Amino acid sequence: MTMNQRSSNPIVAAVMQQVPVIELTDVSKIYPLPSGDVIALDHMSIRIDNGEFVAIMGPSGSGKSTLLNQIGGLDVPTSGTLKITGKNIRKMSDIKLTDLRLNEIGYIFQKFNLIPLLSAYENVEYPYILKHRCNDTTGRVSKLLADVGIDRKMAKHKPAELSGGQQQRVAIARALVNDPAILLCDEPTGNLDTKTGAQIMEMLTTLHNQGRTVIIVTHDPLIGAQAERTIRIKDGKVENI
Amino acid sequence: MKMDIILQLSIRSIRLHFLRSVLAALGIVIGVVAISSMGMMGANMTMSVTEQLSAMANVLVVKADTGGGGGGFMGPGESSSTSKKSTSSTSTKDYLTKANFDDIQRAVGTSGTVYPLYQDSDKIMVGDSTGKATIYGMRDDDMASVLTVDEGALPNTASSIIVGPTFASRQGVTIGSRITIGDATQNETVSKFRVVGILKSKGMSMDLNSDNAIIMTEKSFVAQFGGDQEYDQVNVILNNIDDANKTKTAITDQLNRKTNVVTIQDSSRMMESITSTVGTLTTFVMAIAGISLVVAATSIFNVMMMSVTERIREIGILRSIGTQKSEVRKMFLYEAIILGVVGAGIGAIMSLILGWLVVLVILGSTKYFFTFQSLVYVPMAMTIGMVICIFSGVYPAWKAADLDPIEALRAD
Repeated sequence: MTMNQRSSNPIVAAVMQQVPVIELTDVSKIYPLPSGDVIALDHMSIRIDNGEFVAIMGPSGSGKSTLLNQIGGLDVPTSGTLKITGKNIRKMSDIKLTDLRLNEIGYIFQKFNLIPLLSAYENVEYPYILKHRCNDTTGRVSKLLADVGIDRKMAKHKPAELSGGQQQRVAIARALVNDPAILLCDEPTGNLDTKTGAQIMEMLTTLHNQGRTVIIVTHDPLIGAQAERTIRIKDGKVENI
Repeated sequence: MKMDIILQLSIRSIRLHFLRSVLAALGIVIGVVAISSMGMMGANMTMSVTEQLSAMANVLVVKADTGGGGGGFMGPGESSSTSKKSTSSTSTKDYLTKANFDDIQRAVGTSGTVYPLYQDSDKIMVGDSTGKATIYGMRDDDMASVLTVDEGALPNTASSIIVGPTFASRQGVTIGSRITIGDATQNETVSKFRVVGILKSKGMSMDLNSDNAIIMTEKSFVAQFGGDQEYDQVNVILNNIDDANKTKTAITDQLNRKTNVVTIQDSSRMMESITSTVGTLTTFVMAIAGISLVVAATSIFNVMMMSVTERIREIGILRSIGTQKSEVRKMFLYEAIILGVVGAGIGAIMSLILGWLVVLVILGSTKYFFTFQSLVYVPMAMTIGMVICIFSGVYPAWKAADLDPIEALRAD
């Protein structure tokens, strides 16, 4: 697989690795509820450098999803500093945050989350159009689809007409189309059978090997084991880094 | 260039829920058809009435000015002898004299025909039944030029009269019938007249409402009511309607030099009033038709809200992968606009067909259908339909755009 590489030069990659793409400093997320505040993230500090392959693990209710939402730019912390590619997201407007999601983050969801009204090809092309304000004439979308094993014929199908594995491949191609700094994966194999899950993990590993920052949120130790580094969280706090 | 991806999403959403969208658009179709058909009918009715009124708008009615300072005129040769007016009015100046008539004739010149008219209302008796009727007195020559006989002939003797068709049918009068005019209890002259003719229907008119009246010769009228050469009004039938203002000015200059002797009425005010009434009625009917658009707006709103609710997860996906709030808003507004444009477009085509039929059935003529005043209601109704559609889509679109992407992604 020769997916679009951010940097294939080992020297550049080594330099890049020293740059933090995600930096949480004393981050808390509190949900105020009538029955009392719920502290989802409790003074959490994490640093993830460029090119790392990190698994965030923890039991249900540990704050994994909340952390994912923060580093995915879908939500902002209540306190602390969260920098994504050097930008403090707490100071960002909704427009800027949305732009950040479009340009810097590639999302891969457990439920694939493809747009049902669009074909596989259009799903991949959609973020490209949002970014470039024009259709892809460079062949990037077709190449990415081919790289994840979706042929031209299959690319014309709507998500509902594809298998789970195929949908997740399309989702990976979509996540990569704008060449994001971070690939954020939320239980990417959770809805797939073991064999297909393994194929998807292989793809993500390849992407990491090509220099991309991959962050996987999972509760599956086998998946977590494939990452370079595991961050365990419990009760909104980092257990170990 | 390919179509905007957001617009494509809107179109595909409509196609996916085709029946629901068609039903929503149908509301707009009905609303647009109702408004434009009613509007076109009103416009056609106004134009038709205006034309009918214009046909008789070439008449100027000159009457004595009885209001304010107009009462001091005593024209040369005016008779101050026993007057019919003195019996019916406290003023002796509410009539036009022969001198006034001559002045009017001079002022009009060759622009039209001028004729004087006597008018009174008196008790009549046809057989055993009594009643009241309007009675006109006209000069013989004027009768021949102004009146159109349907049956019989014009009166030419002191005891003959001609009646209008409405009067004839109401009183059951035919040629040869005898009518007694005058009230003995009021010490009036009571005379018997023979009906020698029935006039053709003339319709509503300012100058001479002959349909429901008795018309007799000048001699007979003066003998019955007195007031020789004391005319109630002088009518001017213009050869060209465009001369109305010029002639009015000429008469005013001629007669109202020092004091207001005469007042001149033309049909323009009556026409204005009638067209304004028709216009008000049209607006009222259009407002009722507009209710259908309110129903359509509710339907569109409902469809849009359903669309938002069904697509919460999709909105979450769109937002999470970098779609701006404004683009989500646009997506739903496009949907509303498409429904509005399609609904209003079909409505416009159907308006032309149904409007034409409505005008044909109700007015019996489509003579004015393809005129600007009539067809302008089509784009007008279309615009109203589209604006209502867009307004109906604003709240759902705003709601969709404001969804929390995390919450939206959790939706099933």
